[in-house]
Amino acid sequence: MSALDVFDQSAPGPSPAAGPVTEQIPAASVPVIELAELTRTFPGTPPVHALRDVDLRVERGEYVSIVGPSGSGKSTLLHILGLLDRPTSGDYYLDGVATGTAPEQDRSALRGGRIGFVFQSFHLLPHRTVMDNVLLATLYSGVPRTERKDRALAALNRVGLSHRLDFMPTVLSGGERQRVAVARAVVASPHVLLADEPTGNLDSANSAGVLDLFDELHADGLTLVVITHDDAVSARAQRRIQISDGILTEVA
Amino acid sequence: MRGIRRSRPEPAPAPARDDAGQGWSPQGSVAVATDPEAEAVTGPVDAVHDDGQVPAEVASGRPRRGLRLRRPRLSLRRRKTPSIVPRGSVRDRFGIRDLVAEAAHGVGARPGRLVLTIIGTVLGVGSLVVTVGLAQTAAGQIARQFDAVAATQVVVEPATSRTSQGERATGRIPWDVEDRLNRIAGVEAAGAVAPVSIGEATITAVPVNDPSAPDVTPPKVLATSPGMLEAVGGRVVTGRYFDSGHDQRADRIVVLGARAATRLGVNRVDRQPSIFIGEHSYTVIGIIDDVNRRSDMLDSVILPIGTARADFDLSSIEQAHAKIAVGAGPVLADQAPLALEPNNPDTIEVQVPPAASGVRQNVQADINAIFLALGGVALLVGGLGIANITLLSVRERVGEIGLRRALGASKRNIGAQFLVESVVIGLLGGLIGSALGVFAVVAVSLAKEWTPILDTWIVIGAALLGGVIGLGAGTYPALKAAGIEPITALRGGT
Ligand SMILES: Nc1ncnc2c1ncn2[C@@H]1O[C@H](COP(=O)(O)OP(=O)(O)OP(=O)(O)O)[C@@H](O)[C@H]1O
Ligand SMILES: [Mg+2]
Repeated sequence: MSALDVFDQSAPGPSPAAGPVTEQIPAASVPVIELAELTRTFPGTPPVHALRDVDLRVERGEYVSIVGPSGSGKSTLLHILGLLDRPTSGDYYLDGVATGTAPEQDRSALRGGRIGFVFQSFHLLPHRTVMDNVLLATLYSGVPRTERKDRALAALNRVGLSHRLDFMPTVLSGGERQRVAVARAVVASPHVLLADEPTGNLDSANSAGVLDLFDELHADGLTLVVITHDDAVSARAQRRIQISDGILTEVA
Repeated sequence: MRGIRRSRPEPAPAPARDDAGQGWSPQGSVAVATDPEAEAVTGPVDAVHDDGQVPAEVASGRPRRGLRLRRPRLSLRRRKTPSIVPRGSVRDRFGIRDLVAEAAHGVGARPGRLVLTIIGTVLGVGSLVVTVGLAQTAAGQIARQFDAVAATQVVVEPATSRTSQGERATGRIPWDVEDRLNRIAGVEAAGAVAPVSIGEATITAVPVNDPSAPDVTPPKVLATSPGMLEAVGGRVVTGRYFDSGHDQRADRIVVLGARAATRLGVNRVDRQPSIFIGEHSYTVIGIIDDVNRRSDMLDSVILPIGTARADFDLSSIEQAHAKIAVGAGPVLADQAPLALEPNNPDTIEVQVPPAASGVRQNVQADINAIFLALGGVALLVGGLGIANITLLSVRERVGEIGLRRALGASKRNIGAQFLVESVVIGLLGGLIGSALGVFAVVAVSLAKEWTPILDTWIVIGAALLGGVIGLGAGTYPALKAAGIEPITALRGGT
């Protein structure tokens, strides 16, 4: 790992044989997510070491859950994975691309194009319809204008809410809201879906609905990283990772 | 290695989500796990790192914007560029249409607040339009009512004093008043006039005394100097006015006012008709009309002053009239008495046109300045109002901003959205204010029976001014919004 890092630091300049600018397609073997000795420290007295020397690989199509007690660094990890926060040291490779020190503009574009978020508190725009809320994710991710409506419809159909298109989120149940959020997260065809306590605000029946949805998405090939402190939720994942005091350990 | 199959070049503008099953599509049709090639991916992945000691950057293309492809280079040459940002689809990534649509939603979300937000701008733009509009309308009105005759007419009379016998002239206008006035700078024409008493004499067009003719009141007889017609702005209908030669020779000629001519049955002068005043015959040499300042001249038989003095013992001049250049009034008021009565200037009264029009314009200018200042203050307050409410809205919508950032919005996208929102709000205020201003100008004009005058460009400019104010007011909130950290924003929750 460290040898590769050295390589990255001293990366040579553009190759003279540079061809036309083409979309970079990572090889099948490149993990969707790779953290290399990543550390996130919050300054303070004393400084908070939210993540310590984390190494993590998530392959395409994996369903990973990250469990840990409160304050263990789960949300910090998810923010790093979602390009919402930058590591203090180490690097984060998304589809093989080093993002740790990438310009903010590029990170925004990556976020829009490759990452889908599902939050504990849904984060739907209250004054916009269900349809508009899902369309919102297509605005920033470069989905061609002509495809937006169809894709949003497909996504809402996928989560079983095609009969609620013109509803306001405020009149939906918690489970329905979270399913709208899932539709929004997948509408732009992300490479990975990140969920932070997706069932934290839901009762058990609604939780089960959302988790079933995750299972289906996983079955369709989507990579999922779900953060939770609920063992029932993490049990649904194919792979479980325990985090405590900023240190990750694989759960067998 | 499985990756070899993927080493073929992709078409240049391939959007990220179409990149051969990398992304997950909501339709579930492109399923990586069902792809036998991809299935193997989860297998011996570590092998990549084991033999991968070659940096991928050398593959081809420049590392765009600091993004480095860490992928170890395999034995086969890869022709992929490390560009990770989906450049090919940038075209549809939050374009102008999206920006405007999102801003419109933001503006329309709270109609009640919108009204409060734009009220300052509405008042400011409205008061500017009203001020400018009323000034333009009033200027048009003044021009319409501007009485050129009144502004250039001077009347000179002997002063009078009240005594026990009644009012009595204390001064005297000299016979050569016309020459004396003409010498003063600013005088364009001057003339003198005096009523002539003809005693019991009658005025007739024929010498025969026809007893059967009805008794009609005879026309007045006036004596004037030759320049009088021009001094009072009259017009010769036919023939001519007398000149100083007639005056000096005391010729027996007359000019008739238009109504007097009708009364006497004279309508043409080419055959040298005569009228009789008493027993003397006077040749009619002209007929005049359009005398506004001394309309009694129209009803009169007009003699040269010299003739009147010779035939009717005219003893004094009643009035002198002068037509002056615009603005010469004050000079004339000073100089005319000295010119006519150097020893006793007090005995001559001069009525000059009031300089009030200038005063009125000055007052108007002051009022305009005050209104414009008030409008400016209202605009400032309006701008502050927009800034304040937009800032409040940014604070309230922190969660939305965080969400948009998480969905891929750049700082620039966020800033642009709030900036456009505030420009739209300002523009809306400007349009409404401008419309209300036009309405007010028209209403006032209707009430005063004026013709409303308002420059179209003022109206359009005022509306656009609202947009400019929105732009200015929205800059700080937009920068604030763009600077919001997505994590902090998302933690707040909505
Ligand atoms: N901005 C920050 N500044 C300082 N310390 C922070 C900051 N953000 C998080 N921390 C600290 O980092 C640690 C990990 O926080 P994090 O939010 O990741 O916990 P968590 O595992 O998500 O907990 P929970 O289950 O309660 O959500 C905590 O001790 C927290 O206080
Ligand atoms: Mg947390």
